[in-house]
Amino acid sequence: MNYVPKMNRRSFVITAAAAGGGLALGLEIPFGGPQVIRAQDGSPEINAWVVIRPNDTVVIRVARAEMGQGTLTGLCQLVAEELDCDWSKVTWEYPTPGQSVARKRVWGDFSTGGSRGIRMSHEYVRQGGAAAREMLKQAAANEWKVPVSEVSAENSVITHKASNRTTTYGKVAEAAAKLEQPKDVKLKDRKDWKIAGKPLKRLDTPDKVTGKQVYGADLKLPGMLNAAIKECPVMGGKIKSFDAAKIEKMPGVKKVVQVGDTGVAVVADTWWQAKTALDALPITWDQGDNAKVSSESIAEWLKAGLDAPEAFVGNSNGDAKAALASAAKKVEAVYAYPYQNHACMEPMNATARYTADKCEVWGPTQNGEAAFGAAVQASGLPADKCEVYRMHLGGGFGRRGAFHDYTRQAVLIAKQMPGVPVKLLWSREEDMIQVRFHPVMQCKLVGGFDAANNLTALHMRLSGQSILADVFPQNLQNGKDPLTFQGLMPTGQEHAFGYSIPNLMIDHAMRNPHIKPGFWRGVNINQNCIFIECFMDELAQAVGQDELEFRRKLMSQHPRNLAVLNAVAERIGWGKPAPQGVYRGLAHMKAFNAYVAAAAEISVTGNKMKVHRIVGATDPTYAVNPAQIDRQVSGSFVYGLSALFYQECTVKDGAIQQTNFDNYNSMRIAEMPKVESIIIESGGSDPWGGVGEPTICVAAPAVLNAYFKATGQRIRSFPLKNHNIQMA
Amino acid sequence: MAALSVNGQTHQVDVDPNTPLLWVLREQIGLTGTKYGCGIAQCGACTVHVDGVAMRSCSVPLSAVAGKQITTIEGLAQNGVLHKVQKAWIDHDVPQCGYCQSGMIMAVAELLKNKPKPTDADIDAGITNICRCGTFQQVRAAIHAAAASA
Repeated sequence: MNYVPKMNRRSFVITAAAAGGGLALGLEIPFGGPQVIRAQDGSPEINAWVVIRPNDTVVIRVARAEMGQGTLTGLCQLVAEELDCDWSKVTWEYPTPGQSVARKRVWGDFSTGGSRGIRMSHEYVRQGGAAAREMLKQAAANEWKVPVSEVSAENSVITHKASNRTTTYGKVAEAAAKLEQPKDVKLKDRKDWKIAGKPLKRLDTPDKVTGKQVYGADLKLPGMLNAAIKECPVMGGKIKSFDAAKIEKMPGVKKVVQVGDTGVAVVADTWWQAKTALDALPITWDQGDNAKVSSESIAEWLKAGLDAPEAFVGNSNGDAKAALASAAKKVEAVYAYPYQNHACMEPMNATARYTADKCEVWGPTQNGEAAFGAAVQASGLPADKCEVYRMHLGGGFGRRGAFHDYTRQAVLIAKQMPGVPVKLLWSREEDMIQVRFHPVMQCKLVGGFDAANNLTALHMRLSGQSILADVFPQNLQNGKDPLTFQGLMPTGQEHAFGYSIPNLMIDHAMRNPHIKPGFWRGVNINQNCIFIECFMDELAQAVGQDELEFRRKLMSQHPRNLAVLNAVAERIGWGKPAPQGVYRGLAHMKAFNAYVAAAAEISVTGNKMKVHRIVGATDPTYAVNPAQIDRQVSGSFVYGLSALFYQECTVKDGAIQQTNFDNYNSMRIAEMPKVESIIIESGGSDPWGGVGEPTICVAAPAVLNAYFKATGQRIRSFPLKNHNIQMA
Repeated sequence: MAALSVNGQTHQVDVDPNTPLLWVLREQIGLTGTKYGCGIAQCGACTVHVDGVAMRSCSVPLSAVAGKQITTIEGLAQNGVLHKVQKAWIDHDVPQCGYCQSGMIMAVAELLKNKPKPTDADIDAGITNICRCGTFQQVRAAIHAAAASA
């Protein structure tokens, strides 16, 4: 009944133990009996999601990655809810992508980007918990020789009321593991949730306050060496030469290795030795034609796209061109959004050990299967000879999902030192220039009013970089990148536009500079929300209308957008007098199937802006852990406001110029506004929404709209430091 | 060979005296709770106490700490009892990814030693660590709670 994992159990157990824990599977075949898959300690697996130890500990398998967003705890809550187990006995482990492949992807998708950790797996993980509960009940009923309909389960205890007998999950787990998996067990109604939906504490906190938590950068393996790397600072460039002899005698240096055509790494006893030697290594790069590119040349190219005849249409209705031509009044504005770096606190890293018949990788990844794919490809070994052991991430923000350049590099280095585990760690400087950047985008917006000041037309022309064209070109639609239109898509889509305008045209002139784009937490809603939500204020102000009332008239077809907007407006006190010197702004968005809004209160003194307070509202349809949602909301405001005030990666001679936090700043606690989070759980049958990303995008426009109210100055390019506006 | 006192234990280390304390702790002594974030004393993920003073260990060479008492996150708990800052961090569920929190906790522990009842302004002035997850709202609440605890 269970799939046989194709792996060498012994070698796996050793390596997993070396990584400080993890999961191992063995297979036991009793005489003639059914097969039971066992965890590393011998405890039986009830199904792929649930292992129960004899002491009643419940081990829940988590395929998605934990990078701070709380998904691990939320997914465990969902499984535990259906399992009806004792929450205090719940622990967790990460299955590996190699095991998943060997078991026909029994854990489904590992990808933890696009705010999909919970919203895309809630149904099957709950099914896993529910099926396990039914099997445990059945095992108890079998033991007692009573119909399963007469037994009940609660808090890891199974009861047969008629005979006053009880047992525990741990006691019947062995028998339960041998039963057939029931299919399509009915899931609980939301109103019956006791574990899910509650503001429970995270499962992964204690080790994070004692220094015990092992991140990828902290991994130690017996005999391990350490590597530092430099890639050509101009993307698309190559290594011309390097003079290894100059550094080979430096302390600790073991080997200087070329990594593909584009990088060079030093392998040494310690990372500090490797980095010190690498910094002393003479390297000549062939930078290629991209070395002619600058931020200015990119901006000129994008600017030309604002009026280019060719563009991909992302959303349209009516005839915007004709309506604008006959408009009684027109309003026009151009906005621009820069390149930005994720700047995860833990720089990129991976540890690899390669032999002719095995490639193992340990590392932080938002997508175990993508890391696995990179390991298979770089090693040249068959998939069944590769494995990836997942570690907690010191931040992800989209950087560690689709791109496994660092995993590939680690394997390519390890291949040149067979049998030796090598930990590759990027310096912060490497991390700043070799990331896959938030794409650049400009936007020209033209709005048209009739004589009665009704908005009759909007043309929104995006010009800039496509992520999919570089990362997943197979997902382009006849050349169009649909993801560029995040938050601007037709009604019904997961990133839909929140207004109904009689004549609408939203199109995209694709311009792809050589700087590699990537998924940066929230992705394209970050700029699209600024464009549309600031321009909505501009439109309202052009006809002398209240910004909230102006929006409401266009939102009758978008009730869930309207609900979150109304919630923040009411809480901030919109329409009522603000404290002396304090000004307010609003914004909202639908993205990742969640609805979010923000209302900000700011004041301005000279060139300093203080963000006093932000109210955030989130409607993710269902709220699995409200306390963690609150934390995602307040953290999202930090991420979004850091980007707004400080963050820009500029290009000179083809290379990114920002190299560390001294020239790529991030907010500190002194700048933190008071955040109030409102959670609206609208329920029903709409798809569940994500939480980790959407709120970021409403921070900037809410603050920018308030800044206009305070100063009469409309800022349309970013970050604010370029306008000499400091965060107080 | 230099003698280094870390968390009450003396370690003999044989590395270039210019090696930053951070890397001596992580790679010579094996204490990886102290994190590398930036290497230029900007982010604070590497914060440790040197003779009771919070320092960013990425920018302190080994030669500068000879003979001094160093405390890392691993040595903050005493006799198996968590420091009140660690307890408050658990009570308030502060960490998200957690990578910066070792340094954050060490910085806060020093702040509370010098200012047992810090005001918000004291916190703003004293805590300058970067947290990319943005845990600041919980950090502030937990500092006040730790200050209020015994």
